[in-house]
Amino acid sequence: MSVMKTLTMYYHRLGSPRFFYGYATRWLPWIAGIAVLLLVAGWGLGLLVAPEDYQQGNSYRIIFIHVPASIAALSGFMAMGVCGLFILVWRMKMAEILLKAIAPFGTLLAALSLITGALWGKPTWGTYWVWDARLTSMLVLLFLYIAVQALHNAVRDPRQAARAAGLLSLVGVINVVIVKYSVDWWFSLHQGSTLKIIGETTMPWSMLTPLLLSLFGMYFLYAAIVLVRAKTEIVWRERRSNWVRQMLSGRNHHGV
Amino acid sequence: MAFDSVADFIAMGGHGVFVWLSYGIVFFSIALYLVHLRVFGKRVERQIRQLAEREASQAGESQ
Repeated sequence: MSVMKTLTMYYHRLGSPRFFYGYATRWLPWIAGIAVLLLVAGWGLGLLVAPEDYQQGNSYRIIFIHVPASIAALSGFMAMGVCGLFILVWRMKMAEILLKAIAPFGTLLAALSLITGALWGKPTWGTYWVWDARLTSMLVLLFLYIAVQALHNAVRDPRQAARAAGLLSLVGVINVVIVKYSVDWWFSLHQGSTLKIIGETTMPWSMLTPLLLSLFGMYFLYAAIVLVRAKTEIVWRERRSNWVRQMLSGRNHHGV
Repeated sequence: MAFDSVADFIAMGGHGVFVWLSYGIVFFSIALYLVHLRVFGKRVERQIRQLAEREASQAGESQ
């Protein structure tokens, strides 16, 4: 089979809630297991083994939760924007389900980013909060996450609700770009990016290793959570179908 | 190891409150969300089962 054929086959299969449910069930233990391993390794090394920072002492160890939470919160919103595109252009059902599954944990991560940032700011800058570009745009991200979910809940018809939430997610991606470049475009108390895709990362390996481990761990944790939430959403939407009824009645030992 | 003793590890060079509060809030809130996901999933499954049972009994009555 050609590569293109294989890809379209997976596109159609993963686009079908029933097949997605099957794939999610099979992949979930692996993704969750990898998440736990990476987070234990990353946070363990970060707290116990990584050396002190020569300027910030030990308070910098908050980086190993603050940066993964922030980047995952931003990536989550980007993913919602992609879902929004698929909903608006192709009316893809699986995109509606995923958008709904991504939003709640992204909201929590955005809040955690602000809280851990404040707790890092106090010993480092002498203040919990300043109204500068980076911090303010991150607060806007939290409000956008809340707004997407509020909009989703406010519209009765689930498909109309998904279109409205999808549109707001797509437009809200602009704010993700603003957060990303806020430290370069405006003067900010916030330090510049530690991780750089282009150019040299100035962090030593002893600090970079736990940071990358905890970052990937957070991504895997987020993926596992999205799969769990999506599975619940799928069975609810397909509650009148035979496969859901049979699966649930089997688990309940009714008529088997 | 970056620390010489357990006391040093907890103190975090005087910034222990900030470091441990950060990690504590993250752990606790994520754990709480995971429990919520589990409870919510079970509740949805129970509702679907009740719905199926109700429809089955209605179908039985109408015959």
